[in-house]
Amino acid sequence: MTPAVIDDTTLYAVLAPFAAAVVAPFLTRWLKHNAAWPLAIVPALMFLHFTGFIGPVSEGQTFTAAMAWAPAYNVEFSVYVDGLSTLFAMLISGIGTFIILYAGGYLKGHPQQGRFFSFLFLFMGAMMGLVLCNNLISLFIFWELTSITSFLLIGFDHLRAASRRAAIQALVVTGGGGLALLAGFLMIMVTTGKFEMSALLTDPKVIKNSGYYLPIFLLVLGGAFTKSAQFPFHFWLPNAMEAPTPVSAYLHSATMVKAGVYLLMRMQPVLGGTELWTTVLPIFGGLTLLVGTILAVRQTDLKLMLAYTTVASLGLLVMLTGTSHEKALEGAVLYLLAHSLFKGALFMVAGTIDHEAGTRDITKLGGLRAAMPITFIAACLASLSMAGLPPFIGFIAKEVLYYGTWGWLEFWGLPLTITALVGNALMLVIAAAVALKPFLGPKVETPKHAHEGPILLYAGPVVLSVLGLGLALVASTTGNLLIAPTLASVSGKVVELDLHLWPTYIWGNVALYLSLVTIGLGIFLFTQLDRLRDLIAAVLKAIGWGPDKGFDQFLAGIVSFSSWITHRLQTGKMQTYMLLTFAFTAVAVLLPGYLTNSFPAMPKMPDYRFYEWGILLIAVLGLIAVLIAKTRLTAIVSLGIQGFAVALIFMMFGAPDLSFTQFMVETLSVVILALVMTRLNLSPRDHRKGIDIALTAFVSVAVGLGLMLTLLAITQQPFDSRLSEFFTEYSRSIAHGRNIVNVILVDFRGFDTLGEIAVVVLAGLCVLALIRVRTKPDKPEEAPASAEAPLAEAQTGEAR
Amino acid sequence: MRTIIFRTIAPYLAALMVLFSIFVLLRGHNEPGGGFIGGLIAASALAIFGIACGVASVRRAMVFHPMGVAGFGLFIGALAGILSFFTSQPFMTSQWLIFHIQDVEIALSTPLIFDIGVYLVVVGAIGSIALALEERESD
Repeated sequence: MTPAVIDDTTLYAVLAPFAAAVVAPFLTRWLKHNAAWPLAIVPALMFLHFTGFIGPVSEGQTFTAAMAWAPAYNVEFSVYVDGLSTLFAMLISGIGTFIILYAGGYLKGHPQQGRFFSFLFLFMGAMMGLVLCNNLISLFIFWELTSITSFLLIGFDHLRAASRRAAIQALVVTGGGGLALLAGFLMIMVTTGKFEMSALLTDPKVIKNSGYYLPIFLLVLGGAFTKSAQFPFHFWLPNAMEAPTPVSAYLHSATMVKAGVYLLMRMQPVLGGTELWTTVLPIFGGLTLLVGTILAVRQTDLKLMLAYTTVASLGLLVMLTGTSHEKALEGAVLYLLAHSLFKGALFMVAGTIDHEAGTRDITKLGGLRAAMPITFIAACLASLSMAGLPPFIGFIAKEVLYYGTWGWLEFWGLPLTITALVGNALMLVIAAAVALKPFLGPKVETPKHAHEGPILLYAGPVVLSVLGLGLALVASTTGNLLIAPTLASVSGKVVELDLHLWPTYIWGNVALYLSLVTIGLGIFLFTQLDRLRDLIAAVLKAIGWGPDKGFDQFLAGIVSFSSWITHRLQTGKMQTYMLLTFAFTAVAVLLPGYLTNSFPAMPKMPDYRFYEWGILLIAVLGLIAVLIAKTRLTAIVSLGIQGFAVALIFMMFGAPDLSFTQFMVETLSVVILALVMTRLNLSPRDHRKGIDIALTAFVSVAVGLGLMLTLLAITQQPFDSRLSEFFTEYSRSIAHGRNIVNVILVDFRGFDTLGEIAVVVLAGLCVLALIRVRTKPDKPEEAPASAEAPLAEAQTGEAR
Repeated sequence: MRTIIFRTIAPYLAALMVLFSIFVLLRGHNEPGGGFIGGLIAASALAIFGIACGVASVRRAMVFHPMGVAGFGLFIGALAGILSFFTSQPFMTSQWLIFHIQDVEIALSTPLIFDIGVYLVVVGAIGSIALALEERESD
């Protein structure tokens, strides 16, 4: 069905968070932490807006809206609303509402709470844009915006070195992946000629048949895997837990890290189904699932445990998406929804415990149920969903995914099912540990006197965890309204769905058996939790190296490599720079002619008038004077003679503006060069050795010869007069000016000039800075009059 | 460099050069000239004045820091481009305001504002480099 075009309201809904980001700091200054209430209205309204799409989208209708952005480059700000983007938009705005409230309570009294709200809203807008954008380039821009805002949020507590490191790490990994994604998108755009996701989806075979499937696949995967923290890029996500908890709950569990999964799901119809897709994705997804859960068991910090299970869940999602099979995809969509709800809630619970009890180490927590009853109930509900127990949405998801992996995949069925089983069992262990350890058992003395947090803190966990229950109880409706349309987008075809909470049959229901095995295994492992943790810690210690350490080595490697390059190229001697620059110029202008053997023929000597010969003579005399000058000052002034002669030539051949400028530039260069000379305390004479002079002379002659040949070659081409005709014709009529040069500068090509004057200002600032860097104040006014030393010394002094 | 003749003449010369530079700037749209050349002339005026009478007196005479002048030039250059937004035209579309005082046609336009911006940038940037280089001599 072709997408229906809707009005711009949806576009503004995407942009609304950016407006909120501007308002937030002012509102926070005025209302303090209570600003969370009015601010939460923004995502709540967005949520309501997108619930309006549920009805038509579940009937198979899709929508687009577009606004021109840079039409010359086929960049539009356009949205595409279908099942997948509606689900994501509702998750982002819905969970976002509670995150804003939670942030109000969590950072109460923080001096930069306004800034925090601002960053959160910026992220929210970026994420909305990412999941709704239709145009590939604008999708990429929002994709990178999420990386940047996540950088700001992880590094929010920027006074701590660990935060800064985590922020940079996340930016490097996800930003780097984003560049791969851009390359992939550009390849898609070039090979298919389609710039919109919706156009791409109408023709599922277009990329597979283009012959560039492999590079596109790898590049898109590079973006998705880094963003969604797939092994071996998983390390940045647990480190991102340095961020304040609202950020972890929002970005690093419910939304941003799902961007990669979103992209894979979105592109599944066009990229999926191939052998490559169904091999690579399950392997990496499965590996990530196992690595994530195993590392999670090892942790004792509540947030880190949850973070590693997030990695694991993302692995599970990628694995299921990689099967390209309808039933497994259904499991993926269900699990996506379930995970966002329970993981968001659990992170907020962990944050509340940290906030109220002063620690998140489960070995130092216990017996909080009496002090924090509401949080305890929310934690239990969310954990039951995470553990995959009925009657929660997590249970349905697990049933469906077992059903999908076991029953329908031939080769991959068994390994994927076993992977999922182990992963889910370990997930249950973590869920139990997170929900039970801090709350049950004897009361443990905590750093703070624990008590229930304010409503701002428990509103989110309660609503999200209850939703996990509620959506499961009305499973059939959930299936029809949320899951089926999403599944239709992911699988690329309309799907009939019959979702139910309780298994309809027992005998021969493998999924149910597998669930029972999972639960049994999980409970067994939970009783062995401490032993398991020690075992994993011992194994990891034996391995010793991990990608996290690898990242540090990688960064250190880059830094030492670039410093090596810099020291090689930047010797600190002006002569070397100039010599290299000119030598390369000479090669650049001479080499092409030499290789193609196409040097221009020498033209016949034209018939010059006597005064023209005179001017040429002056120029040549000036040059000779430069060469034989005894002192530098004489040489500089003699160079001016040659310059003025050139200006005269311009004048005679009808370029008064050029000549005028040349006069001024010559004058100023002589003045400035003379000033520089006196300032640098140069010795008046040039005392270089013969060999140096010969080398310089050789390079100079080569450059001169090369430029002369280039000019000859250019002038021997037939003259294309279209531009001059255009400017002559329109200079007067459109731009009201007779001086074509000036009209071009300030009108026709004014934009170039704007750039140039910006460069002039910047260059001026740089020169000023260089001059202002004073040499040591105790340096004697009169430098020693030796030959080479003062020059080098003065230059390094200036450069400092 | 500081002969009595040079020091006496330099202020008048510099003033004349600045005046001439403004003339060159304004005639630029129809005759040879324009903001860039005008700016170069004015910058040389500053350099000459500086050599003759010391950088301090140039700075006093200029009131603003030359780099500030350059920055202001860039600002009004960009501003001239934005004016076209008010007529819903793309960035830097030129806007013209032509009116007659008796028989003289006066044409005001955004390219002229832009050219003044170029002029100020060049005076400011080149001028501040020249002055900064001269400064050491005077102290």
